[in-house]
Amino acid sequence: MATETPPPSNTQTPQPSGEEFAEVQQSPEFAELRHSHRSFAFPLTFAFIAWYLLYVLLSNYADDFMGTKVVGNINVALVLGLAQFLTTFLIAWWYARHAAAKLDPKAEAIKSRMEGGA
Amino acid sequence: MSPAITLAAGEASEHRPLIITLFAVFVAVTLVITIWAGRQTKDAADFYAGGRQFTGFQNGLAVSGDYMSAASFLGIAGAIALFGYDGFLYSIGFLVAWLVALLLVAEPLRNSGRYTMGDVLAYRMRQRPVRTAAGTSTIVVSIFYLLAQMAGAGVLVSLLLGITSDGGKIGIVALVGVLMIVYVTIGGMKGTTWVQMVKAVLLIAGALLLTFMVLAKFNFNLSDLLGKAADNSGKGSAFLEPGLKYGATGTSKLDFLSLGIALVLGTAGLPHILIRFYTVPTAKAARKSVLWAIGLIGAFYLMTLALGFGAAALIKPDEIIASNKSGNTAAPLLALHLGGVDSNWGAVLLATISAVAFATILAVVAGLTLASSSSFAHDIYANVIKKGQATEKQEINAARWATVGIGAVSVVLGALARDLNVAGLVALAFAVAASANLPTILYSLFWKRFTTAGALWSIYGGLVTAVGLVLFSPVVSGKETSMFPSVDFHWFPLENPGIISIPVGFLLGIVGTLLSKEVPDAAKYAELEVRSLTGTGAH
Repeated sequence: MATETPPPSNTQTPQPSGEEFAEVQQSPEFAELRHSHRSFAFPLTFAFIAWYLLYVLLSNYADDFMGTKVVGNINVALVLGLAQFLTTFLIAWWYARHAAAKLDPKAEAIKSRMEGGA
Repeated sequence: MSPAITLAAGEASEHRPLIITLFAVFVAVTLVITIWAGRQTKDAADFYAGGRQFTGFQNGLAVSGDYMSAASFLGIAGAIALFGYDGFLYSIGFLVAWLVALLLVAEPLRNSGRYTMGDVLAYRMRQRPVRTAAGTSTIVVSIFYLLAQMAGAGVLVSLLLGITSDGGKIGIVALVGVLMIVYVTIGGMKGTTWVQMVKAVLLIAGALLLTFMVLAKFNFNLSDLLGKAADNSGKGSAFLEPGLKYGATGTSKLDFLSLGIALVLGTAGLPHILIRFYTVPTAKAARKSVLWAIGLIGAFYLMTLALGFGAAALIKPDEIIASNKSGNTAAPLLALHLGGVDSNWGAVLLATISAVAFATILAVVAGLTLASSSSFAHDIYANVIKKGQATEKQEINAARWATVGIGAVSVVLGALARDLNVAGLVALAFAVAASANLPTILYSLFWKRFTTAGALWSIYGGLVTAVGLVLFSPVVSGKETSMFPSVDFHWFPLENPGIISIPVGFLLGIVGTLLSKEVPDAAKYAELEVRSLTGTGAH
């Protein structure tokens, strides 16, 4: 396609060639990095969306349960709402830890090899 | 006019010099920042991405500033004040949504894109059609969002300065339009980012002050606060349970579910949030930005809970409704009541909180305008119209002219939307973003087989479905609270289209891909995959 724009290129960062990208994509190191990301992020995404939807559905269709008083005027609905905040903070922290331990070292090894060799 | 407004306006007119001074100080400070940033803006990376030199923390603050819009501050507090628990759903959806951005989108986007969302969507596709689509949906989403901010600005000023005439409100909306054009054309991304940071600090400080005052009134006993809110609302314990706003009928329950889905999937498809990740040097810094944003935004939403229930506990519901039908003025009214309705202190607090809200609106509006004009200049002008042959200077000039155009459009639409609930309007922007943008972002990054046809079907299909359903919903016509209350051409029963349009967007991406004979570009996918996960060759 002659009219298509080539992807943006930048003179400052060394840009590996298409063959190099294809080769790295097929390498076991990269497969491991991809697996570390997907096997963590995908199930967790389904889980927190399911947990959030459960909360929305309970709010909609389980009035009596949600209205049950826990302490004073604080009811189940409020507790579950605050629990959504708590799980969000926890998942964010957990991902940060996973990324620092399992993703960053692998990603950096591949990146420095590719940019160094280009 | 209700006694409350007369009172507020009366107090305010006495203190009008103070209010105007506070507004003027914020505008002056931000203009100085803008001019300073403008002097340092030399090339396209400066204009679009602030030179990519911000730290994770700075950008986290700026992301929070961009995200905690008038919808979060005025809209959520108002929705909680009027409907109790149902208003809280907004906060939860808006917050949980950040996990999608954190786990799936922020880092790959930073690694593989350059200036716009379109960079990533079009990466392995045919550039011109996909960039046109990405630019179109960026501009539509941003304009929906802009509308909400403009509506908030009109509301605030009518409360504060006692301007109730339509001409006066439209004048203020126009002033906001002019200021945002100045911020963006002169300061670019660098100026806008600093404005966001200043605003985020002001907003968090303002919310902290009010939260502390509310809680102090109830001796830091949350249960007492809730009890008083329930009593004062006249709804009793139902005020603390789900269902007041959305529980009436099967249709309204469905609307609640639709809203919930749109909120959680919208954030990671909002162009003005996505382009913030280009202002930091690496994906790690982008991750850090999101982590800071989750902490700051989460803390802020916990405070809006106190503000909303505080307003419900301390102000008569009639007074809130009389001041603004959708509750948008609950937070400023709360400030007035906390300070004392008849005291100077009350008026000072009202002025301060309103100035903070005004700052919030200005900053968000600038961020949105930047996102849409960047996308116009980089995706549509440079890559489609000029076929990649535009110079950087031409591209930035195009962005500046686009800013003026988008400013004008949003002023006109903002004037029309001034009585709608700000949070509800933003929820529509979320629904459009989740339907038109998120599917293509995710498929592009993670689905090898995805093609240009799939991207176009998904973007246009999601966009047309979402916007079309809104057009024929009660938001636009047929109800007293509609944009055009005097006519009725609505047939779609829900206010939020997400429950239909989001699955449509995702499905069309698959259908378009499977039906096209196009062979996916395996080499480009290899490149995108390696770049997005490792940051190799990132700009």
